[in-house]
Parts: sequence; structure tokens; C-alpha cells
Amino acid sequence: MSKRRTERLLSIVVLLLSSRRYLTAEEIRAAVHGYPEQYDAFKRMFERDKDELRELGIPLETGMNNVLDEEPGYRIRQQDYELPEIRLEADEAAVLGIAARVWQSAELAGAAAGALLKLRAAGAADLEDDQQPRPGIEPRLTTAEPAFGPLWEAVRDRRPVTFSHKAQGRSDSITRELEPWGVVNRRGRWYVAGHDRTRNATRVFRLSRIDGPVKMCGPAGSVRVPSDADVRELVKNWDVTPPRDHEAVLRVRAGAGHGVRRYAKTVAADGDGWDKITVQYSDVPWYADYLASFGPDVMVVGPPDLREAVISRLKGVLA
Amino acid sequence: MVTSAERLRRLLALVPYVVSRKAVGLAETAIAFGMTERELVDDLNLVWCVELKAPEPYCPIDLSYEGGEIVVSQAESIARPLRLAADEASALLVALRMLAELPGDGSAVARLIAKIEEAAGAAGAASAQGTIQIVPPNGGVVAAQVREALAEGRRVHLRHYVHGRDEVTERDVDPMRLLVVEGRTYLEGWCRRAEGVRLFRLDRVLELTILDVPRQVPAEATERDVDQGLFLPSESDERVELELSAPASWVAEYYPCESVTELGEGRRRVVLRTPDTRWVRRLALRLGEDARVLSPASLAEEIRAAAAAALTLYD
Repeated sequence: MSKRRTERLLSIVVLLLSSRRYLTAEEIRAAVHGYPEQYDAFKRMFERDKDELRELGIPLETGMNNVLDEEPGYRIRQQDYELPEIRLEADEAAVLGIAARVWQSAELAGAAAGALLKLRAAGAADLEDDQQPRPGIEPRLTTAEPAFGPLWEAVRDRRPVTFSHKAQGRSDSITRELEPWGVVNRRGRWYVAGHDRTRNATRVFRLSRIDGPVKMCGPAGSVRVPSDADVRELVKNWDVTPPRDHEAVLRVRAGAGHGVRRYAKTVAADGDGWDKITVQYSDVPWYADYLASFGPDVMVVGPPDLREAVISRLKGVLA
Repeated sequence: MVTSAERLRRLLALVPYVVSRKAVGLAETAIAFGMTERELVDDLNLVWCVELKAPEPYCPIDLSYEGGEIVVSQAESIARPLRLAADEASALLVALRMLAELPGDGSAVARLIAKIEEAAGAAGAASAQGTIQIVPPNGGVVAAQVREALAEGRRVHLRHYVHGRDEVTERDVDPMRLLVVEGRTYLEGWCRRAEGVRLFRLDRVLELTILDVPRQVPAEATERDVDQGLFLPSESDERVELELSAPASWVAEYYPCESVTELGEGRRRVVLRTPDTRWVRRLALRLGEDARVLSPASLAEEIRAAAAAALTLYD
């Protein structure tokens, strides 16, 4: 069945591209093989076909040839359909190949591959092959978060959304209504920034903390992005690395604890195969976890809260 | 199984692909479209079958693939590819704008962005508003050095911190490419010490020297298919079973696990495979009471011994 359907859709495209005037549904039925005789069945099938063609991005236009026509017809204007002339230099084609491989998630990888195929079909990217010098850097982007797809659509179509979101360190989710301004990937993580209607304030949310579906809650075009909104800056300010403003004194076994030594402020021999190191850190729980991972190669001299936290991790292992 | 829409999309690219090349081989075309020759022939037959009745005079598309070479004529109406859809243009442009921000010579990227934007027309407008943005890591001085070594085709010497083993290693590497995955930059290259392809996280490279030696990547060195995951477990790896309580349940998402069993109340049992258990030892020490190694028993004992030895330092 699928093959017949493809054949029918292709026939409609060829028919409407070749025709200068609008053709009515009835004329299309007469010209294309595969539509049923029965009118209602034809009508349903034709509606589905039109949707499918439009979804593929085919500019199916509706209009009348003259004022006396009783029902509208359809046509596809060649200049709206065709990819404009495009020629690429060898280095541009190499970059195109890299760009088309950036997305790792099925949907966007499919979209990028579709674009590449069209450009190749136009003869534009013929030069892309393994012999070409490549830019040498290949980024990959994953969009594992289920919220990504709907939010991409929402920012594209400027629609408000609702979702439930679990803030860090909280066990309960809160429903938010957001006018999304933009989606940003920073340090490999996805964020959405916008106007939070629930809080009446500008907010940033991490996509991985959105649990449950993202639902559109307003018509397309209804979100106004302020002209001075800088989503990238918003995310940057939200996702700040806490300053390393505490100082620890550690004893580190000689030839070990390299991870700690990398960030040492001072290192001095402390006898018996040990060094004394001072190092800056930001918060106790995180740094205590990290220091405990070195086992008997690192010992905390102070401060006391860090020392106690490491001891408690180690005791936990034996508990 | 492709849907009829996907197939139509493919056909509408296939015809111009052949037309713009006058004639093109079946095998070559099948590769370009990521399909088998048999599937390709099915598609070609479908184009050939398009037949229109009234009202317009219709001249059927003429197509042949005799002798393994495809030729299409009388296909004026669909001789050019369909213009880029909004999502296609966005997927490319968002990726390209990220590439443009990476250090190095971005002139080809800038030219390409301009051409794609022009070709995409209105479809590219949505993404031009910058609604989707990628902030790439800059990779620092080391990334710039690796790019230089790649451009000049030279070997590098690395001092590299191996986090899992808390070791600093030194090695000579013939660079193959830079990868940016999940916000981190990696050097992929032929490691002369391991005699194999290895990935090095750049933020763990302590020092890099470009050597006055041309790089020699052996023919058998193949780039890793990073889309399958950065670290592929192997059958010969050791099997490690861990039980995690809720605060440590992130481990199941952070590391590739062979299996994850939910035990209720946020507790999980996970099975990992690893060629080297030293990083599991470090992981277990940092997780404290929130994780237990169930097997192998020798590893569980080693971890307890390490914790006990560490505690004696505080006596």
C-alpha cells in the first residue's frame, strides 16, 4: 500500500508542478491513478495526501483561476518549490559534511541528512568526499531529553508551553507555564530560557530536570521575545561555577593524588613519603566525595568540616 | 520500513541527483542515499511508473538503469531538488553556527552559512533569530595546539592524567581528529604506547608538545563511531555489579551500564563492564554508604581495605 501511496503522491507533485493553472480536487482525481471512485473516501484520502505533501515542505498553493470558479484548486509554483542555485567550494563542502554529522539524535540527524541529500542532489556538495582536507574538529550534539523536541518547536513557532519541573535538590515537581525565548546548549547540557508566567519573572530551566510531557498552551506567534533578551547570557549567569573560595590543607602521598596536585596552590615535602598541599575548593560535600575517592593516598588536615565529611564517607564504605 | 512520505522525500532528491550528473552509477548512488542497490532499483521503478491521465498533456519520465548506469530524462518538473524545509535548514544552521564559534580558521564556515541562509530563504529565518544556540567549549591552549599539529601533520607528546587510575602517563600520539562530545573536547589519535586508537580528554592533558616528527597513522587505525557511545565495553571486560541507593542513582545514567534494575525507593542495581576496575574502586570510595560492590568479591574487599587504610590516617 505504501508503494502505491508514494506513487500517487509523486504523481500529484509532478502534475501540479507541470500545470500552470490551479487544478481542482476533481481534476487531480481524474489525472492521478489510485483514488477510489466513492466520493467521501476520495475526499478523506485527498485531505491526508495534502497534509503529507505540506509536511514534507512542498508549497501546495490554493487558489482560483478566475472569479467564476466554484471551488478552489491547487498548484505548486516551480519557483517556490525549487532549491535555489547553490555552488560550494571544496572547503565549504567539507564543512557541510561535518555539520551534517553533528546531531546524534534521530530527528535532527534525519533533518540534517535530508538537507545534505538535497544539496548533493543539486550537485552543490559533489566535492564532499574522504579525500578532502577536513576541518579537523568534529562536534556531536545529543538531545536525549524528551523535552527537546517540543521546546525546539515551541521556540520556532513562538508558542507558550507548560511542563512539570523538578528543581535540583527537591523531590517534588512544580508545574510551570513558560514563554520560551530560546534553547541553549552549554557545556553539553540543554537549557530553556524565557518568561515564567507562574512566577512572572525571567527563568532558566535545565531540560533534563523537566519530567513529563511539554505541552503547548497558546497559539503560534503569541510569544513576544523582548528585543534585549540574550538567552545565552541568561544561561551563562544561571549556570555559574561556584567560586573556589575555601582553602584546604591536605597530606598527599608522594607520587599519588595527581588529581589534587593539578590544582594545588602550594606543595611542600612533609616527610615519610608525604607532601603537604594547600588547595582551593568550592563546597564541602562535593570536595569531600572527591577526596574520599583517593582512599589512603590523601588525608585532610583541615578545615574540620571537610575532614569530618571525608571520614564519614570512608566509614560509610565499611558500614 | 520507510514511510511513504520519507520515500517521496528520497525520490524527490534522487531524480535531481541523477539529472545534475547526466548519468551516474547504481552502486555509487545507492551509497550516496544510504540504501541497497535493490532498494534503489525499486525506487527507480516507482518513478518510471508515474503515469498521468488528463487534463494536461503528459510526457512520462524516461528512465533507464541498464549496465549499472542511471539516466533520467523528461523529468523537467522535478529536475531540481525541493527547497530546504524549516527543520532541515535549522539543523544545518545551528550546527554551522556552533562550528563558526570553534577556534581556528572559520572562513569556509562563514561562507557556507551565508550560502545556506540564502538557499533556505524563509525556512532559514526562524533559526537566524538565534532561538537555538550552542555554546561550544573552547578547549583552551591544548585544543589550539592539537589543531596546529593536525594542520601540520605532526606527532604530539602528551602528559595525560588518567582520572580512573589517578595516574599521570606520558605518551606519543599521532593525532587523527578533535571531537566535541557532550560538551567535552577529546583528541582521537593513534597512541604509540598502546598501539591503538585512543581518546584523550583535553581537560586532562597536563602538557602537550608538538614533536618535530611527521605523524604516522597506520592504515588499520579506524575512527571510532562515536555515535555508538564513546566507550564501548568488550566481552573480555570484567563484570562489576553495584547496588546504589537513591543519592547515588545518577551513576546509572552517567556510566554506560549493561543492565539497570530498579529496586524501589530510588535504589538501583547496575551491571558495568570495564577493562580496569580501579576507577570503580575510586567511585565506590567517593559514594561511601550510598553504594555497594556486590561482585566481584575481590574488588569489594579491596575497596573495604582501602577505606580502612585511609581511616587509620585519622586515628
